Amino acid sequence: MRLILQRVLALTVKELLALLRDAASRAVLIGPPIIQLLVFGYAATFDLKHVPFVVYNQDQGRLSRDFIARFEGSPSFSLLRVVHNQDELGQAIDDKSVLMAIDIGPTFTSDIERGRTTHVQLILDGRDSNTAALAMGYAQSIVTSFNEAQIAIHGRKPPSTVLLDRAWFNPNLDSRWFIVPGICGILTLLVSMLTTGLSVAREREMGTFDQLLVTPLRPTEILLGKSLPGFIVGFAEGTFIILVSIFWFHVPFTGSVLGLYIGLFCFLLATVGIGLMISSLAVTQQQGLLGVFLFMVPAIVLSGFATPIANMPQIVQYITLLDPLRYFLIVLRGSFLEGAGVSLFWPQYWPLAFIGVLSMIVASRLFRRRLA
Amino acid sequence: MNTMRLTGLMRKEVYEIVRDPSSIAIAFVLPLVLLLIFGYGVSLDARRILVAEVVDHPTQLTASFLAELQRSPWFRPTIYPDQASAEQALMQGRANAILWLRSDFTRQSYSTGGAPIHLTVNGVDANQARIIENYVNGTWLLWLQQEATRQGTHLATPVVADARVWFNPALRSRDYLVPGLIAIIMTLIGALLTALVVAREWERGTMEGIMVTPVAKTEILLGKLIPYFAMGMGGMMMSTAMAVFLFGVPLRGSLLVLFGTAALFLLTALGMGLVISVLARSQFVAAMIAIVTTFLPAFILSGFIFDIRSMPKLIQLLTHIVAARYFVTILQSTFLAGDVWPVLLRNAFGMGVLCALFLGIALLRFRKRLD
Repeated sequence: MRLILQRVLALTVKELLALLRDAASRAVLIGPPIIQLLVFGYAATFDLKHVPFVVYNQDQGRLSRDFIARFEGSPSFSLLRVVHNQDELGQAIDDKSVLMAIDIGPTFTSDIERGRTTHVQLILDGRDSNTAALAMGYAQSIVTSFNEAQIAIHGRKPPSTVLLDRAWFNPNLDSRWFIVPGICGILTLLVSMLTTGLSVAREREMGTFDQLLVTPLRPTEILLGKSLPGFIVGFAEGTFIILVSIFWFHVPFTGSVLGLYIGLFCFLLATVGIGLMISSLAVTQQQGLLGVFLFMVPAIVLSGFATPIANMPQIVQYITLLDPLRYFLIVLRGSFLEGAGVSLFWPQYWPLAFIGVLSMIVASRLFRRRLA
Repeated sequence: MNTMRLTGLMRKEVYEIVRDPSSIAIAFVLPLVLLLIFGYGVSLDARRILVAEVVDHPTQLTASFLAELQRSPWFRPTIYPDQASAEQALMQGRANAILWLRSDFTRQSYSTGGAPIHLTVNGVDANQARIIENYVNGTWLLWLQQEATRQGTHLATPVVADARVWFNPALRSRDYLVPGLIAIIMTLIGALLTALVVAREWERGTMEGIMVTPVAKTEILLGKLIPYFAMGMGGMMMSTAMAVFLFGVPLRGSLLVLFGTAALFLLTALGMGLVISVLARSQFVAAMIAIVTTFLPAFILSGFIFDIRSMPKLIQLLTHIVAARYFVTILQSTFLAGDVWPVLLRNAFGMGVLCALFLGIALLRFRKRLD
């Protein structure tokens, strides 16, 4: 037993040295995840800010100026310019200088003053459909608050019901709180795939694999020695990334540290296992690289990082059950925002552990068959 | 430049491609799998919003409101007996939102303040939460209008905003996601195809063999570029065909513009791969750089999902070196709007600059020397 431990440990040290001794590979392993966390943390937001718009105002009255001022005053929009005909308005949308155009008819003020309903056209650029839909929602809420003010001023009868909305866990609906924990998961995935996905193929291509085979190490021990660096690097960088999220991005951490780390452990088990599977299948490093992408890209897209799993077709939803990132994102978001602890996370832990153990077994079978 | 030497090098590269079919897989299997997964998997439209309804005191008025929700295709309402059990459901993810009509709902609706409808959403996914709020708000406004008409009163809404979305009136998210995806997939193909090709020769020692021949370094680089360019364009054609025939995305621009800009973009992406390959020298480091610099920046910084104008100024500047940013805009515009020249020229120029930059660096840093 002690001998096995010694051998595995020796191989682990060798693997870590191979990763960290070379300045270029050390830099790639440590630098980009940290830079990416900072850049993506700021970049990835669904909150609209300073979306440019133009106004075509045919109304001479006071109220239309009030109406436009509400849009100008909102942090989500910024007025690019006032246009003077339909063509100019269409042009501004066409060449993408604005996302939205407001078209106010000539009877805007007089309609409101006579108690009639007036119609305003909002034209949005559907080439950015998601942004257009968000901008539409923001614009509607500005219109609603304008209406409420008008009703109050003119003393008319308000509607019989009012809609009061509030949001749990994230009262200001700050999308960064949602995205940054997601980026933690993606970067942890990235790091563990980097360390394990190409490690066997590299030795094969360099010819050092044969040397490894003549050592007293058994196949399982080789695999263990190859997987431990992934764990160590993944844990270290994962911890660092989580700390940056809390102390730099000020995402509130309301759950339990233990709950999160059990999740991280199970997640690394799964990703390292899959990385080794790719690694033992690939004969060349290019194949390894292709394998990493063929796993990583769908894993990120189907994880619910940017688009909710519930919106996907049923068949795709079943496929997401194989995606380790899906489970880890729930653990991350639960730990950060919902104050959830170990007891709520069991439905996430066991699939991760299952994927991890299964992929390790498959990896060692593949590995042994390749040796035979 | 000698055409015979160049064709010789290209033939060697083609043999390399045929021998390790993973290059062919990168050009054709990767886009196939990714487009299928993305095309069917990614959707930002909130459908099947699970609404937990709590009605303390059911009356005709509450019933008419709930019936309106039931009619809407967006919601999947479930009745819960009390607020506590609905909150439990929200915590466990069995509901996305709670609508609570209190016991005095009907009575209060006659008072001046109006009866409150309490909407609670799970704010963890802020984007989704906002979409849910908008949908509920829209449904509520519609119901108010109908209710007013039914009672024969006039609803005093001063301003109604009629939103019209150009180029994609139904806001089908697939129509704008699929063109954006093609840009991301092409980024992957371009960089993956060439990221390892120069580093591989260094590592295997075959570079020394090439060095003793009279080929010039431009010939070596072109010999690597041209075969992979042809494969990449093949992948592009397949992706376009899938977008139009499988996903039904309208193609309103001309094919000439589409493939012209695609060629420029592919050169940029291949150039980026070559730079990685020339600078890294070892395949392992080249692979790591390719993984880190291709997919995530193209996914997050290209304006594909996240709006660039809403990012901080510094990050907006940074997005200018992400080639996918220009191509995403060109593709979305060409597919959905047609050939809009101001948009095309502006973005093609950006790509051209990056393309020249990458190919220039590859040429400058690639040395036919052994040190």
